[in-house]
Amino acid sequence: MIDLQGFGPSLLAGTWMTVKLSLASVALGLLFGLLGAAGKTSSNAFARFLGGSYTTIVRGVPETLWVLMAYYSTVTALNYLGSFFGNPELALNPFAAGTLALALCFGAYSSEVFRGALLSIPKGHREAGLAVGLSSLRIFWRITLPQVWRIALPGLGNLYLILLKDTALVSLISLTEIMRAAEIAKNGTKLPFTFYLIAALIYLSLTILVMIAMHFFEKRAAQGFTRNEV
Amino acid sequence: MNWETFFDKWLPKMLDGAGLTLELVTIAVIAGLILAIPMGIARASSKPWVRSIPYAYIFFFRGTPLLLQLFMVYYGLSQFEAVRQSWAWTYLRDPYWCALLTMTLHTTAYIAEILRGAIQSVPSGEVEAARALGMSRVQSMLYIVLPRAARIGLPAYSNEVILMLKASAVVYTVTLLDIMGQAKTISARTYENEFFYIVAALLYLAITIGLTRIFRFIEHKLRVDMLQGR
Repeated sequence: MIDLQGFGPSLLAGTWMTVKLSLASVALGLLFGLLGAAGKTSSNAFARFLGGSYTTIVRGVPETLWVLMAYYSTVTALNYLGSFFGNPELALNPFAAGTLALALCFGAYSSEVFRGALLSIPKGHREAGLAVGLSSLRIFWRITLPQVWRIALPGLGNLYLILLKDTALVSLISLTEIMRAAEIAKNGTKLPFTFYLIAALIYLSLTILVMIAMHFFEKRAAQGFTRNEV
Repeated sequence: MNWETFFDKWLPKMLDGAGLTLELVTIAVIAGLILAIPMGIARASSKPWVRSIPYAYIFFFRGTPLLLQLFMVYYGLSQFEAVRQSWAWTYLRDPYWCALLTMTLHTTAYIAEILRGAIQSVPSGEVEAARALGMSRVQSMLYIVLPRAARIGLPAYSNEVILMLKASAVVYTVTLLDIMGQAKTISARTYENEFFYIVAALLYLAITIGLTRIFRFIEHKLRVDMLQGR
């Protein structure tokens, strides 16, 4: 067994921080993704334009840049905003900035997944809902969304795995997650390779855990459905 | 922001950064493609033990963040006395070569998987036809499978190049002055919180759009669209 030289607990805390950060980003990102997909499939041309430019712009710019922008470039605006509430020091902390940036990226990619899923649901389902007198919101919540969820799940799982790796970028704005915990341990022990390798193994184990969880979720969401074998 | 200093002083630096980014990405994706060809062929092999050899490599490089891999090479390798004594140390202590090496190894793993998918989706009838005509396994691989796989895999390869372009933004952490590095340095020097990050974002967007155009042109040249309606 590798000697962690007392850095075990801080690596564990870093892992927990990575998990929290990825879950917070995915929660906000799913919202962005659904809004983006709603915009792209809308009958309103302006909403389509907004949804389309959201994905194009966010996907064309590196995640690293979004993370740094969310942290450094919001300072002026938030200080200005804060001065109205008597708190001119208002700014995003690294966790909030990281969540915002990662959610933005996750949302841009997932809106494409959601769009595909939304389009694959037969029109008749919506019409049937209208015919039995459900409101539009209830149709979305009770009929469309559960089906979108089932179809979009594999795509979202892949995006979550990408997001999990992108959380490493938040170490650049000094949030103590796995990457930063390994860096601190490296500085304390002068064993860079050992600690970065441990960090790599943690990421790999998280990946495997997520893959197992996704398998379970997909099975659960596909209850009552048989897959067509071509 | 003073526009005159921007155009005289800062814009040329940002464009230098764009040059470095393009150089790193171009070399990495071309070297990666060359390294990925044998690996992709091995991954598509019918023998399980041949398939499993590149799998560990691909699993590691796809399962951990590029930032972590970069730090393992740049900071990690110095942990070993043998590396520091060897001829390779002249290159491995230089951030440029470290970034190039890491990016190449990283993208190789992704391209190998793209190739595997492409090789496996070459219709088996075409391979059988080649074998029936008396081509050897090597001949049918060279003249039938690979040219066909190149066309099938090209759209995915162009995606990978764009993903690499965005991933390359992390090389600023090892003191390289790519687009991201220039933006961060100039921002710190001029106390501008937003401006240079937005310039960087526009540069990345412009390169993304340019690359998309180039690949569309190549796809047109290789007549990829003619092969889609299988």
